[in-house]
Amino acid sequence: MELTLWTYEGPPHVGAMRIATSMEGLHYILHAPQGDTYADLLFTMIERSDRRPPVTYTTFQARDLGGDTADLVKRSIAEAVNRFQPETLLVGESCTAELIQDQPGALASGMNLGIPVVTLDLPAYSKKENWGAAETFYQLVRTLLKSELPYSKKQKPSQWRVEKRRPRVNLLGPSLLGFRCRDDIREITILLASLGIEVNVVAPLGAKPSDLMRLPLGDLNICLYPEVAAPLCNWLERNFGMHIVRTIPIGIGATQAFIEEVCTLLGLSIPLVNNIQQSSRMPWYSQSVDSTYLTGKRVFIFGDATHAIAAARVASKELGFQVVGLGTYSRELAREVRSAAEEFGLEALITDNYLLVEQAMAEAAPELVLGTQMERHSAKRLGIPCAVISAPLHVQDVPARYSPQMGWEGASVIFDSWVHPLMMGLEEHLIGMFRHDFEFVDGHLSHLEGATAPDQGLKTTVQTTKNSSNSAEELMWTSSGELELSRIPFFVRGKVRKNTEAFARERGISEISDEVLYEAKAHYNR
Amino acid sequence: MTVSPVQSGINFPSLPNVRKENGQREVFCGLTSIVWLHRRMPDAFFLVVGSRTCAHLIQSAAGVMIFAEPRFGTAILGERDLAGIADANEELDRVVGDLLSRRPEIRTLFLVGSCPSEVIKLDLGKAAERLNTRYNGSVRVLNYSGSGIETTFTEGEDQALHSMVPLLPSSDEDQLLIVGTLADGVEERFKKLFHRFGISNVHSLPPRISTDLPPIGKGTRILLAQPFLSVTARALISKGAKLINSIYPLGVEGSAQWMMEAAKAFGVNTHQVEQVISPLVNRGRIALAPFRQQLQGKRIFFLPDSQLEIPLARFLCRECGMNLVEVGVPYLDRQIMAPELALLPENTVISEGQHVEYQLERVRSSFPDLVVCGMGLANPLEAEGITTKWSIELVFSPIHGCDQAADLAELFTRPLSRRSLLRWE
Repeated sequence: MELTLWTYEGPPHVGAMRIATSMEGLHYILHAPQGDTYADLLFTMIERSDRRPPVTYTTFQARDLGGDTADLVKRSIAEAVNRFQPETLLVGESCTAELIQDQPGALASGMNLGIPVVTLDLPAYSKKENWGAAETFYQLVRTLLKSELPYSKKQKPSQWRVEKRRPRVNLLGPSLLGFRCRDDIREITILLASLGIEVNVVAPLGAKPSDLMRLPLGDLNICLYPEVAAPLCNWLERNFGMHIVRTIPIGIGATQAFIEEVCTLLGLSIPLVNNIQQSSRMPWYSQSVDSTYLTGKRVFIFGDATHAIAAARVASKELGFQVVGLGTYSRELAREVRSAAEEFGLEALITDNYLLVEQAMAEAAPELVLGTQMERHSAKRLGIPCAVISAPLHVQDVPARYSPQMGWEGASVIFDSWVHPLMMGLEEHLIGMFRHDFEFVDGHLSHLEGATAPDQGLKTTVQTTKNSSNSAEELMWTSSGELELSRIPFFVRGKVRKNTEAFARERGISEISDEVLYEAKAHYNR
Repeated sequence: MTVSPVQSGINFPSLPNVRKENGQREVFCGLTSIVWLHRRMPDAFFLVVGSRTCAHLIQSAAGVMIFAEPRFGTAILGERDLAGIADANEELDRVVGDLLSRRPEIRTLFLVGSCPSEVIKLDLGKAAERLNTRYNGSVRVLNYSGSGIETTFTEGEDQALHSMVPLLPSSDEDQLLIVGTLADGVEERFKKLFHRFGISNVHSLPPRISTDLPPIGKGTRILLAQPFLSVTARALISKGAKLINSIYPLGVEGSAQWMMEAAKAFGVNTHQVEQVISPLVNRGRIALAPFRQQLQGKRIFFLPDSQLEIPLARFLCRECGMNLVEVGVPYLDRQIMAPELALLPENTVISEGQHVEYQLERVRSSFPDLVVCGMGLANPLEAEGITTKWSIELVFSPIHGCDQAADLAELFTRPLSRRSLLRWE
């Protein structure tokens, strides 16, 4: 049993729903108790979808448990197939149905429905949403392409030259409830078109089962969201010899690397992208003097592996932040995040425990948090500015405006949305100089309307320090020390307090006066 | 049961038009009640014992609010718990220990049962007893089921309140007990009005502070503010309280009658009742008039959701002049709903249960002016050109009382006005 206040991922059947709902012509029979239809809301409210998810739930109740729930499953399957006439059927269970073991997949296969039936075996008590999505996507394509195997026409990515046509690629992974997938596809499609590359199939978002049959006609698979598409891409590589592009084009550098990788694999000449400032405003914005104050801002990053790794590189190399924490809830991609964290001299935080993330965040005392919807809770508690970079998301992160994260425009969007929560430069200077203002008080961010609670972050940090070591209680801040600490601008105060206490502890100083604070400051500046 | 909720004088309708349906149900489970109960009792914590699905449900419903201190959580069952490798009771004790050490200010802890915990028959009642002994006095541990297999949406509140009944102190003093969550402002307003009748001893269940429980006994008369509290009402009756029979305080008529029945039960003289209520009724009717104009003659279709459907249909039909196409309810407690049913027009089509596909076919073919439905259906129906009012809002808004009648009507005119307001040419 595991105590969870917030969960980063839903159960695996929600992942399967994401595949079914992202696609067309696919229907999902879900053996589930009454109430599990809440998941429809994720699509109709958060994604603001204008139609019901193609999911039929058996919605059994307690009184059904005494009767024949298997019969209920069969009835639901027959009705749904008759009503919706799908090209392909997914059949699976939710967590409660898994306990009563009606084997709905086997029941469906025995019904001679005349369409492909994909049985989903998603262990709800050990796996989660992204795993469920990846597994569903993989099993679906495997079932549909079974008849093509063994595939004889394994081809090189440069085959397009022989066939005298444009190169074409598959974009794999984008789905509903993924972070900004809708606009990422558009941005990447435009980017590829500018290189003369066509898109063969985008899946699962917007694809039909019949489109999936055309996957082997692509010259390359671009794995845009490994959380959803990596197992499928690997399978297509093994069985159809299709090469995989693994660079995720989030940020300027990564987009350039992505272009190089795609062009090299396809045998295209790599275009000169030295004038990237024309492609994205982000590099110039970041170089302009207004951004100087961003240098060395301490940032804590947590999200799915793809977005966390990308964010860390953008933050450090393209915005000049200092990455002080990096982690993910995607256990499947933990290795990648660990090696990315090593580059920053950090140890990656691999956990799906919201409380551990909050604790790590408090200990790192960042000035900005880049995280998920969940990190907004912790950041509020600690009084730290926060921007969302990854799912889980809420309705405000499915905006009406064009807001990709990938490609050139994505980098511009990133610049705006990450810098926005920070205090603007002039205000930061003035609050550091004059602290007696009646309106612009400590911790106030006037460009955000309404102030963040000033001292909240500080207090919580103190509490956490107390928990983490007993010696903190032996430390005493004198009134002169406290006064000097209060003069430190609020967004770095947490870090200064920590450093000073660490310094005092190292030297066996038990009373922290203003002098100790300045000694510590000089020590850490060295 | 000692007292029947239905007084003999009330005309018990024969209900020839109740359609019973079985099939896919598009409703919430009882766990969803946590979304408003945690605000009503901020010193309580709701710990669901269930799966990741349960955790996901609550955070999807409430996650748009940002919490510095969450007031609900889930003890997620793992494979070890299911295989019996880990002793589920020891595990639960450990989780509760962790939680309470993190949140020492919690006074009442609700262990909320879910589908998985019910199916594997984890005895949360026993667990609550055991934990009560352990935390002797500092935290009260209660247990109820919010599982989808047993409860639908607002029934979760019924179960939660029911779990509090054994803790109520006993007192035979004369008092009025309002049962069911009301908005703070509405609750205060009602109390003030009852004071004007001379009924000064008024309590509420649930209270605002979870430890501040109202007493119960022979002198208690209970007045249900919500129509979904069958189990709680019966438990209170078994403790000696008497149920005041009334329609529910929605609309001017409903609210006036609700207060009148309470006054009658306390023997307040008719003249005094009139004096307090008639200005409210007049004012309420005047405020309602412009909305009545907009709603008059419009056809409304209710999909099952919260059990508020029948009182709402009564209000919209009798006070706003709407025509009822179909009134769907997740389940129908005929006794508790009898006074309401008696006021619905003859031949009203009531459907109990749901087959969502069939019901949607009826929605499409009757093409009503307004459909009251859940959020899973609202946007898809709007996209088909059918105006909707999403029903969950009715549980979150101050809608009770004569003074709120116009606000309640406004909730139904808003989507209609919006549709006529928006222009794209």
